[in-house]
Amino acid sequence: MGTPKRDPKAQRPQLGALYAAAAALVGTAAKAGVLPDDRVDLLYHSYSGGGVTINGTSLLARKKIGDHLSLVGNWYTDSVSGASIDVVTQASPYKEKRNQESLGVDLLLGKTTYSVGYINGSEPDFRSRTAYASVSEDMFGDLTTLTFGASRGWDKVGERGAPTFKADADRRNWSVGLTQVLTRNLLTGLNFETTESEGYLQNPYRQVRYSSNDPRGYSYEKEAYPHTRTGNALSGHAKYYLRWRAALDGSYRYYRDTWGIVAHTAELGYTLPAFHHWIFDAHARYYRQNQADFYADLFPYAGSQNFMARDRELAAFKELGLGFGASWEWRPRRHGFLQKGTVNLRYDNLRFKYDDFRDLRVQAPVGSEPLYTLKANVLQFYLSAWF
Amino acid sequence: MARAKPFAGSLAAIALLALPVAPATAGVQPLAVGTPAPPFQLPMLDGKGAPVSVAALRGKVVLINFWASWCGPCRKEMPVLEQLNRQYGKRGVVIVGVNVEPDRSAALEWLKETPVSFPVLSDADSHVSAAYHVEGMPNTVILDRKGNVRYVHRSYVPGTEDEYLDQVRQLIRE
Amino acid sequence: MPRLRTVLLIAPLLGGLLAGCSPIEPWVKPYEREHLADPIMAFERDPVSGAYFEHVHESREGARGATGTVGGGCGCN
Repeated sequence: MGTPKRDPKAQRPQLGALYAAAAALVGTAAKAGVLPDDRVDLLYHSYSGGGVTINGTSLLARKKIGDHLSLVGNWYTDSVSGASIDVVTQASPYKEKRNQESLGVDLLLGKTTYSVGYINGSEPDFRSRTAYASVSEDMFGDLTTLTFGASRGWDKVGERGAPTFKADADRRNWSVGLTQVLTRNLLTGLNFETTESEGYLQNPYRQVRYSSNDPRGYSYEKEAYPHTRTGNALSGHAKYYLRWRAALDGSYRYYRDTWGIVAHTAELGYTLPAFHHWIFDAHARYYRQNQADFYADLFPYAGSQNFMARDRELAAFKELGLGFGASWEWRPRRHGFLQKGTVNLRYDNLRFKYDDFRDLRVQAPVGSEPLYTLKANVLQFYLSAWF
Repeated sequence: MARAKPFAGSLAAIALLALPVAPATAGVQPLAVGTPAPPFQLPMLDGKGAPVSVAALRGKVVLINFWASWCGPCRKEMPVLEQLNRQYGKRGVVIVGVNVEPDRSAALEWLKETPVSFPVLSDADSHVSAAYHVEGMPNTVILDRKGNVRYVHRSYVPGTEDEYLDQVRQLIRE
Repeated sequence: MPRLRTVLLIAPLLGGLLAGCSPIEPWVKPYEREHLADPIMAFERDPVSGAYFEHVHESREGARGATGTVGGGCGCN
């Protein structure tokens, strides 16, 4: 086997996703006429599924400086252990740590909020840096909030066991969002975002398989991705206040990119306060995508296409997520330093059903191995405090 | 994919510059300064005591504060108004709180924790808020001794109380 | 798609400029925004949790973007 290979699944796409999450956390969300409250959140998160366990923490701190400025910082860690299906068929299990730090500033002038920030992520063979900026404004009697956002990212890809390997990938994002109050009980939003990536977008470890005379019936070769990718996403969401003090929300997102992927995401949520100090949440999410143009589970022969991928992330699959959360709120009697505190627990169950990615751990005639399914449990436990 | 990048980039740049220019509260008729304040009579929030009428307060400088318990800046402003009341309550200034919530219970509960010494009235059906063209929360209107609207504050940020002090002092001297 | 993209980028910009000349009277008054100001009506009540969950999805799915706008609320200034 030689040097234990990295789990292809746990590489760069993860950090790219971390960046997006961080941007959502600190930057490009609409804020407009009011600065967010001062708060500190500490999250412990755990994902387990498909042979992989990923645990970690996330610390968020936000503080106003004066009347017009708000600073926000986030420190995020991930600890990966185990072996996903990709590793089982190609390499050995491993452990790995990832970190991400981000810092953002919000400036409120009148009804406009200007935000800028920087996100830095690192893992043993990958570095990611992102800068973002956004402008958000309230208008029409504060019923409408309009937000423009832009970000630029610079990634450096390395390879364990090949110290001379270094490749770059750049990212550009633009987004525009509109939030609209429709009635005293109904809030709606529309969001459009375009994502562009350029450079080394693949994974130095991941491989595709092709039919061959090997005793297994197939052999491996390195994957090959295009050097550019442009994707557009359009989403709409609505939240409705129910008479008995509860909230119902729904959203839909359409995504399409130059790699041929078309994806639909639909979500439904219900929030119910109860027993004076508790808030309960129920959540359902359905996701469906088709495969990338250059994806195949089994290629006919070596080098059959200029671009080849066997990455699960680019396969055709359906995903269903069901989640439940409980939150307990505490308000101190005396209005002192602490305004409010919450203890929160959230559990989600995810099920993936792949249409054209096969489970190679199972002995079967080449090309008719069973289609892979994945069940994962996600647990979040976090404490929040408002000052 | 068409190379819309430079175009989209310049569009974004224009948007960033244009946004602050667009006035944020377009199309809302403001309360006219210099005109007599719309008359009203409202019951006390806690139901104790006689209803208060703005006409009866003529001869004093009146500060009317529209607020709600669900509004963060409103809650922050209350201690400030209480302080103002203690300083100027005996010098010809009357502070009147007008709570805009249809359901009084949340406001009453909040006032138990943060009591104030000035009268708090209840405008449960919002007819006074509408008459006073309340455009933001909290909304503070300052009347002179003749009952005319002189100053309107459509928000509260820490520091607004200095403006209240200046304006109230000026109206006392008139 | 490029044309759609251009339209979607221009439209809100025009909306922003027009906001200055529109005679539209806000149909939900600031003092009627009690429900909208309720914390349970926030699109994103706990950003730490939402961001983590977005990460869980983005690292396993091909789609990215257009997931979060937060706005509305109480209209308090």
